[in-house]
Amino acid sequence: MSNRLTGNEAVAYAMKQVNPDVMGAFPITPSTEIPEYFASYVANGEVNTEYVTVESEHSSMSVCLAAQAAGARSVCATSSCGLALMYELLYVAASCRLPVTLACVNRALSGPININNDHSDSMGARDTGWIQIYAENNQEAYDNFLMAMPIGETPSVRLPVMTCMDGFITSHAVENIDLLETDVVRKFIGEYNPENYLLKKENPLAVGPYDVSPYYMEHKVQEAEAMKAAKARILEVAAEFANISGRRYGLFEEYRMEDAQLALVLIGSSAGTAKAAVDKLREDGIKAGLVKIRVFRPFPGEELALALANTRAVAVMDKSEGFSANGGPLFAETRSALYDLKERPYLIDIVYGLGGRDIKVEDFEKVFGRLADIAVTGETGPVYTHMGQRSKEEIA
Amino acid sequence: MSTVYNLKQEVEKPERLTGGHRLCAGCGAGIVVSGVLRALDKEDRAVVVNATSCLEVSTFMYPYTAYMDSYIHSAFENSAATCSGVEAAYNALKRRGKVEGTVKFITFAGDGGTYDIGLQSLSGAMERGHDMVYVCYDNEAYMNTGIQRSSATPPFARTTTTPVGSVGQGKKQNKKDLTEILVAHHIPYVAQTAPIGNFKDLHTRAYNAIYTEGPCFLNVLSPCPRGWDYPAARLAEIIKLAVDTCVWPLFEVEEGVWRLSYTPKKKLPVVDFLRPQGRFRHMFQKGNEWMIEEAQASVDQKWERLLERTGA
Amino acid sequence: MICAKDINERTPWQDLTPGGEIYEPGTARAFNTGAWRTHTPVFHPETCKHCMLCVPFCPDNAIPVKDGKRLDFNYMHCKGCGICENVCPFPAITMVSGGVAR
Repeated sequence: MSNRLTGNEAVAYAMKQVNPDVMGAFPITPSTEIPEYFASYVANGEVNTEYVTVESEHSSMSVCLAAQAAGARSVCATSSCGLALMYELLYVAASCRLPVTLACVNRALSGPININNDHSDSMGARDTGWIQIYAENNQEAYDNFLMAMPIGETPSVRLPVMTCMDGFITSHAVENIDLLETDVVRKFIGEYNPENYLLKKENPLAVGPYDVSPYYMEHKVQEAEAMKAAKARILEVAAEFANISGRRYGLFEEYRMEDAQLALVLIGSSAGTAKAAVDKLREDGIKAGLVKIRVFRPFPGEELALALANTRAVAVMDKSEGFSANGGPLFAETRSALYDLKERPYLIDIVYGLGGRDIKVEDFEKVFGRLADIAVTGETGPVYTHMGQRSKEEIA
Repeated sequence: MSTVYNLKQEVEKPERLTGGHRLCAGCGAGIVVSGVLRALDKEDRAVVVNATSCLEVSTFMYPYTAYMDSYIHSAFENSAATCSGVEAAYNALKRRGKVEGTVKFITFAGDGGTYDIGLQSLSGAMERGHDMVYVCYDNEAYMNTGIQRSSATPPFARTTTTPVGSVGQGKKQNKKDLTEILVAHHIPYVAQTAPIGNFKDLHTRAYNAIYTEGPCFLNVLSPCPRGWDYPAARLAEIIKLAVDTCVWPLFEVEEGVWRLSYTPKKKLPVVDFLRPQGRFRHMFQKGNEWMIEEAQASVDQKWERLLERTGA
Repeated sequence: MICAKDINERTPWQDLTPGGEIYEPGTARAFNTGAWRTHTPVFHPETCKHCMLCVPFCPDNAIPVKDGKRLDFNYMHCKGCGICENVCPFPAITMVSGGVAR
């Protein structure tokens, strides 16, 4: 079933096919259309979800995690400051092991206020205990959302899942995408039947204790182990998904990496532009490649190290600032992953695209040009730089 | 709606809040929570929702829950939203045939979690019309963190953030009238109550709130012996004085109709309530008579207004 | 299902409930708060009229009731606050100094 849909519509459609028990709904650009589309499904009787129009994202996440604890499958969508307002509850959902599903439409964080895309919202939430899966395009946004529940709800995982797509670029652009039949979706995701839930008749459930120090660390270890276990489950679900859709997903996508000497590591919609740059360079005989990270939490460190093991120079492209004065979050993860390699490629970090700043094929070509120089000279120059900003001096 | 109240029958019901919780000796919250939950019909299940508070850290310290019913705590400022999530789940699962029987949803939060940080969440949940009861156990300060002022702290009260010193004379501001704010939400049932005498008032208000469909709110005075600085054994007397001085009048507003649920036989002077409590001690120092006069005038004015509203 | 009685400060992380959930009612009953007492109420059944006024005023639900009769204190949970002595209209409860009755 082929359709022309925006990213928001594709995710809303996935939600409709899931027909969740509860949705927490609060508008924020650019994710607003998701609760809007969903409201029309409710109004037309196409779903029988309990649609809760809360007064803030804080309450949206509170409603969702509580509903999940009560035995209901719950979903919500948000962006930017909305995700930031949920921050405290993101931790609660994860540490209470409540597999809520959230569609994050990535947008820059205030301030100054800016409604366009970068990854500073979800990157700020990277250590909250949520599984994070990023989409390059509308098809992936749809597919990732459907895979979220079978991943998060598995008893060995029991973690909430955030599926991310780039605001406006993906959320508002119309693309041809392949939709699954609803009965196929329903069968794939199955019923949400937790062993214990607040509304269970046979025994009560108490959730959210005051966890004193003799227990807190043990519970955090459980959570950490669940995040490790999630990696295998993500691949298992991807394999099951390939069976029903024909579309294959891994922890990341390798594009022309077989013999790549120069490589980029990045996340999200920029991959499309970067692939065009890779193709162009390949025509010129330059062994360029790209790794597009799909799963950021759990971070596929060992797998990424293997994928980059035979490269000469790598540029990590961070679409968010971490203000660590030592590079962005994707860079920190990638550099850490490469540490265990016997022979490591040269590595630089380029922060780009903040607040919707555009990146073009030529920009990526420039980055590859810099990598080519580094591969030859063995001199990285400044390791952590920004790209796309007006500046008195040109770096990359 | 109200049933014939019989204390002997009520105390024979199995307790829904067990002993073994870690609230301080003589804490009002334990009495209020037991009193409210006792109003549930024996055969009805409940999900108890709790804001972060003294109550929360004392009644569900892992692995010890003091609740006989299901219970959820998620954060400080969101107990009303948390309760609405549970209620929403109930509606959805009931519709889909996955849950049977009657389940009631009762939230407990302190004044900090209600008057202050939780007000938005409460207002939202009430406006949306969830079938739930929100109970504020008002002990008039942030007790869990060690007695800091809240917007429920009465004027002149000494707290650790409104200390008494050479210039400071306790809290400068008024107590926010939360019950009236809830009345302005035009929800089916709002009541202000307290545990006094044979508990008939608390029980009846709680019963009405639990068995009225839609969002209902109870504001319950809940003394804190440490924060209010009085001997724990005097709790019942202190509450009775709050009620008989009209500092804490008992009333209900059902579908917008105000009704006084208790009229003191003799309205006592406000000093009777203030005097036994250390938090008001400085009001009795020479030169501070104006404080007592102001406190009395404020109570009188509010009481007159309440009498007008209730047509009493 | 993991039971609260099997959870203690020596339990390894693998054997704790996920997220700190508890699947049973009233597990706090097993916790002794009676050790907190510095004063102790003593019940005098001969003067008690079983009016029950003390029962709802007990913050610790430490006054059991059975078949219309109030029974002796549950000293495992009683913290000795003394509210009950004050609300008793009859001299059926007296507070004594120290953590134990008699």
